Amino acid sequence: MALAGLGLLLFLLPLASLVVRAPWGQVGQELLAPETATALGLSIFCSVTATAIALVLGIPLAFVLSRTAGTLRRVLRALTTLPMVLPPVVGGVALLLAFGRRGLLGGPLYQLFGVQIPFTTTAAVIAETFVAMPFLVIAIEGGLRALDQRYEEAARALGASSWKVFARVTLPLLRPAIFSGAVLCWARALGEFGATITFAGNLPGRTQTVPLAVYIALESKPEGAIVLSLVLVAVSLAILIGLRDRWLGEP
Amino acid sequence: MTVFAAASLQPAFDKIAAQLYVDATFNYAGTQTLAAQLAQGAEADVFASADKTHMKTLLDAGLIAGAPQVFAHNRLEIAVANGNPKGIHSLADLARPGLVVVLADPSVPAGKYAQQALAKANVTVHPASLEPQVTAVLSKVALGEADAGIVYVSDVVTSQKVQGVPIPDSQNVVADYPIAALKNAQHNSNAEAFIAFVLAPDGQSILKAAGFEPA
Repeated sequence: MALAGLGLLLFLLPLASLVVRAPWGQVGQELLAPETATALGLSIFCSVTATAIALVLGIPLAFVLSRTAGTLRRVLRALTTLPMVLPPVVGGVALLLAFGRRGLLGGPLYQLFGVQIPFTTTAAVIAETFVAMPFLVIAIEGGLRALDQRYEEAARALGASSWKVFARVTLPLLRPAIFSGAVLCWARALGEFGATITFAGNLPGRTQTVPLAVYIALESKPEGAIVLSLVLVAVSLAILIGLRDRWLGEP
Repeated sequence: MTVFAAASLQPAFDKIAAQLYVDATFNYAGTQTLAAQLAQGAEADVFASADKTHMKTLLDAGLIAGAPQVFAHNRLEIAVANGNPKGIHSLADLARPGLVVVLADPSVPAGKYAQQALAKANVTVHPASLEPQVTAVLSKVALGEADAGIVYVSDVVTSQKVQGVPIPDSQNVVADYPIAALKNAQHNSNAEAFIAFVLAPDGQSILKAAGFEPA
């Protein structure tokens, strides 16, 4: 109990400090500042898009992971989870070397089509997807491994096609795992900083998400940074609490 | 001893520390980051700033021991890829459409100076990014992701991957670098020795070789 309390304190004390030190007199003014709305809008757009991409790419990846075994599985799993342990700034450098104008893929893209990815909103979305997708893959892979395969076998024995089994049996059974994976992924994407500032740069309205705006504001106007941080905390909490009740039906 | 120094000072200060045989830890970052850290109670012995504004903020907060001394000057230059493939010859060229220009954020001294220089030259650029420190501007140009950036002359001198396009004096801005010991310094004698060396001829010649102008 005491340790649990200490653990909770570790989370709550910094959050409470933000609330205590917030310049409450200026909150309205800071909130209505156009820069705040711009950063918040961009943050929500990028994190939601990143989560959508992660769902499209991550669910098949989780399937492959859950159906492989032995060394191959260990290697695939290590590669998939690497972005979770990599310092995000290193991830950003790696993304530059891959998608930059002289990158492995970005080089030909730029030479042939004149496409430049760094410093664009696309880059911010790629950075967030890179860092956050592992959370979704791991959650769904866990769900797949815990799945009772007899339901799928029964459906197949009753003559359902493999696509029908997947769509009508597997996916509904996986719903809690997909949901919790998507929420974790989205939360990680929303807070992403290091890979974004390294790969996408920092420009209001294009790549300056809330974490970047907080970092820049912290040094020029700390009050603004605190208000922006509180906004991010409030938005995250509201969505986490709201969605949880709605989707999982928990009290 | 801990020295908080503007990111642009790293090449020069690393050499100075090697010559001085002093056991020093350096925290290099954007001046505004260092000032914020010191204002929040970070412990350090020496602060070397890339502008007078942030030094004055700390001075007014009562954190500085004695009077800060300007030990070097720096000017701005346009950093471009070696060979200048985009043919950039002036600040006005930075306004060309299709050019990827990166600047330091206006909250960073180098970013503030860049805005002043562009205003003097009457040029409006649309930067692709406002980086949190001048060294990040340099690395974006060095990596080939940006076509040009506005940095310090000293940054160009110490980088092999970029070359500088000079900005005429009429448009340029001179940055003053003040240095001071901090009131809560734990290693007063080392701090004083370090500052004295930076201001002495040996320190000044290292700074000069790194592209700074002597005080």
